[in-house]
Amino acid sequence: MALAINPAVISGEPGAVAAKMKPPSRFGDKAFETLALTMALVVVLLVFLVGWQLARGSSLAIQKFGFHFLTTSTWNPVTEKFGALPFIFGTAVSSLIALLLAVPLSIATAIYLTELAPLWIRQPITSLIEMLAAIPSVILGLWGIFVMIPWLRDYPFPFLKKLFGWTPFFSGPIYGVSMLAGGIIIAVMILPIITSVSREILRSVPNLQREAAYALGATRWEVTRIAVLSYAKKGLFGAVILGLGRALGETMAVTMVIGNTPQISASLFAPGYTLASVIANEFTEATTDIYLQALFEIALVLFGVTILANLLAQLLLRTIRGGAGSGGARAVQ
Amino acid sequence: MASAVAFASAILVIAPLALVFWHLLRNGASSVNLDFFTKLPKPVGEIGGGMVNAIVGSFELLALASAVGIPVGVLGGVYLAEYGSARGNAMLRFVADVLNGVPSITWGVVVYGLVVLPFKGFSAYAGGLALGLMMVPLIMRTTEEVLLLVPNGYREAALALGISRWRTIVNIVMKTASKGIVTATLLALARVAGETAPLLFTAFGNRFWNHSLHEPIAALPLQIFTYAISPYDDWHRQAWAGALVLLAGIFLINILVRFFTRERATQTS
Repeated sequence: MALAINPAVISGEPGAVAAKMKPPSRFGDKAFETLALTMALVVVLLVFLVGWQLARGSSLAIQKFGFHFLTTSTWNPVTEKFGALPFIFGTAVSSLIALLLAVPLSIATAIYLTELAPLWIRQPITSLIEMLAAIPSVILGLWGIFVMIPWLRDYPFPFLKKLFGWTPFFSGPIYGVSMLAGGIIIAVMILPIITSVSREILRSVPNLQREAAYALGATRWEVTRIAVLSYAKKGLFGAVILGLGRALGETMAVTMVIGNTPQISASLFAPGYTLASVIANEFTEATTDIYLQALFEIALVLFGVTILANLLAQLLLRTIRGGAGSGGARAVQ
Repeated sequence: MASAVAFASAILVIAPLALVFWHLLRNGASSVNLDFFTKLPKPVGEIGGGMVNAIVGSFELLALASAVGIPVGVLGGVYLAEYGSARGNAMLRFVADVLNGVPSITWGVVVYGLVVLPFKGFSAYAGGLALGLMMVPLIMRTTEEVLLLVPNGYREAALALGISRWRTIVNIVMKTASKGIVTATLLALARVAGETAPLLFTAFGNRFWNHSLHEPIAALPLQIFTYAISPYDDWHRQAWAGALVLLAGIFLINILVRFFTRERATQTS
C-alpha cells in the first residue's frame, strides 16, 4: 500500500506524490459492490421463486378445478374431488378468534408499558414478552395438547356451553380439540409481536402531543386516549395486520389442537382445519399426483393471502415510521 | 383504574410463558437424563431410548442453514447499509420485510419442489436449504441495522487514508460491527432452530443415524412433534424432555445475545 516512506514526498516536487501513488483498487470496489448487490437482490429472487414453485406445482390442479377450488367444500382424496373452502373458513375463523383475544390484551399491555407502568418494571416485562416470542410453535402445541385442551374441556368449555349453548356458536359436543382452542393458541403466539410493534408505535408518538394535552388539562387516561392513541391509530392498525399475517401462517401449534377435520360448522366447539395444517398433515401422505397438486394450490392460496396481509401491514407501518425500517416487527418475528 | 386494567393485561400476556415453562419443567425435567442425550430412539412401542440423533441432526441442519443464510444475508445487509440509492434500498427493505412474514411451511413446500422432487429423496440438504432461505431476509435486515450504527467518521477517516471502499467496509466497518453481526446471526439461528414445519417434508426425520447429508435426517422439533401426536405414553414423556432441552437451548442463545449487547451499550455510551 502507498503508506511506506515515499522518496517523491521527501523530494517535495508537486505532483510527484500523486504520480507515484497507485489509485485505490477499482476492480476490488466494483467486484465487492456487485457481489453485495447480487446478494441483496436474492430477496427479490426469492419472492418470485416461491411464487413460481407454488404455481408450477399446482398447475394441473388449477386447470382441473379452476376458481371453484376456492368455493367447494369437499375434500375427498379418494374420489379426487378437492376444494379449499373448509380450510379458508378454518384459517379465517381461527385467525379472527385469535385477533379478538390478542389485540385488546396486546394494545393494553403496550399502553401500560409506554405510558402507565413505573419505569423499573418496563424492561423486565418487555424481556419476558420477548422470551414468549422465542417459544417455538411446536412446544406451545405440545403444551396445548396435554395441558390446555384437557383444562378447556373440563372447565371453560362446559361453562360457556351452559351460558351460551342455545346459540349456534357454542352448540354440539365438546371434544376439547376445536376451532376455539386453535384460536386461543394462535392468540398466545401473536401476543408478543402485536405488543412489541404497538409499543414501538406508541413510543414514536412525539412527546409534544402528550404535553399539549396535559397543558389543556387532560387527565392521564385522557392524554393516552386523545393525544397518543388517536395519533398512533394507523400504526396500531398496522401492528394488528402484522399479527394477522402471523396468525394466518401458524402451522404447528394449530395442527396439534384444532382437530384436523375438514368441515364447516358454526359451532366453536367443533374441530376445524386450516390451510397451513392440511399442508402439514397431508403433504407426505398424498398418494396421487392430483392430491399433491391440490396441496400445492392450498400453499399458493396461503402464500397469496399472507403476502397481501404483510404488504398491507408494512405499508401502514411505514407511514408512521417514515420508511426508516420496521425494526420491531423484524426483531420479534 | 385504567392502570389496573392495563397491568392485568400485561400479566395475562406473560402468563402463558410462565405456564408453559412450569409444565415443561414438571413433565420433562425427570426425563432429561443421560439416556436422552446418548441413546437412539427405541423401536415403536418399546420403553426407553433417547433423542441423540435428533439433537445432532438439528446442529447439522443449522450448520447447513448457516452456510446459505449467513453469506447471503450479511452481504445483502452490507449492500443496504453501504451502497445503493435511497429509493432502491427502500424497495429492497420492503421486499425483505414482506418475505419475513411468509409462513415457514411455505418454504418447506418450495424446497420440496426445488430439491426433494428433482433429487428424488428427502435429505439434510433440503432441510438445511429451507431453514437457510428463511434466515436470509432476517439476517439481511438485522445486519443492515447494525452496520448503520457504525459512525460515519470511521468510513470517512479510512477513505481519507486512501483505503479502497471495499476494504473500508470489510476491514473497518464490518470489523467494528462484528459483535452486532454475530449476535444478529445467533438470533436468526435461535429463531430457526425451533422451526418444524419447513422440515416436515424436506429433512423428513429419521429414527436412526443418517450416514450422509443426502439422506433424511432427524431434528429435535420434528421428533417432538412426531412423539407428541403419537398414542404412546413413553413417547409423550420423551416429547416433554425434548421440548425442555430445545427451549433451554433457544433461551440460552437469547440470554447470551442479551448479555453481549448490554456490554456493548455501556462501552459506547
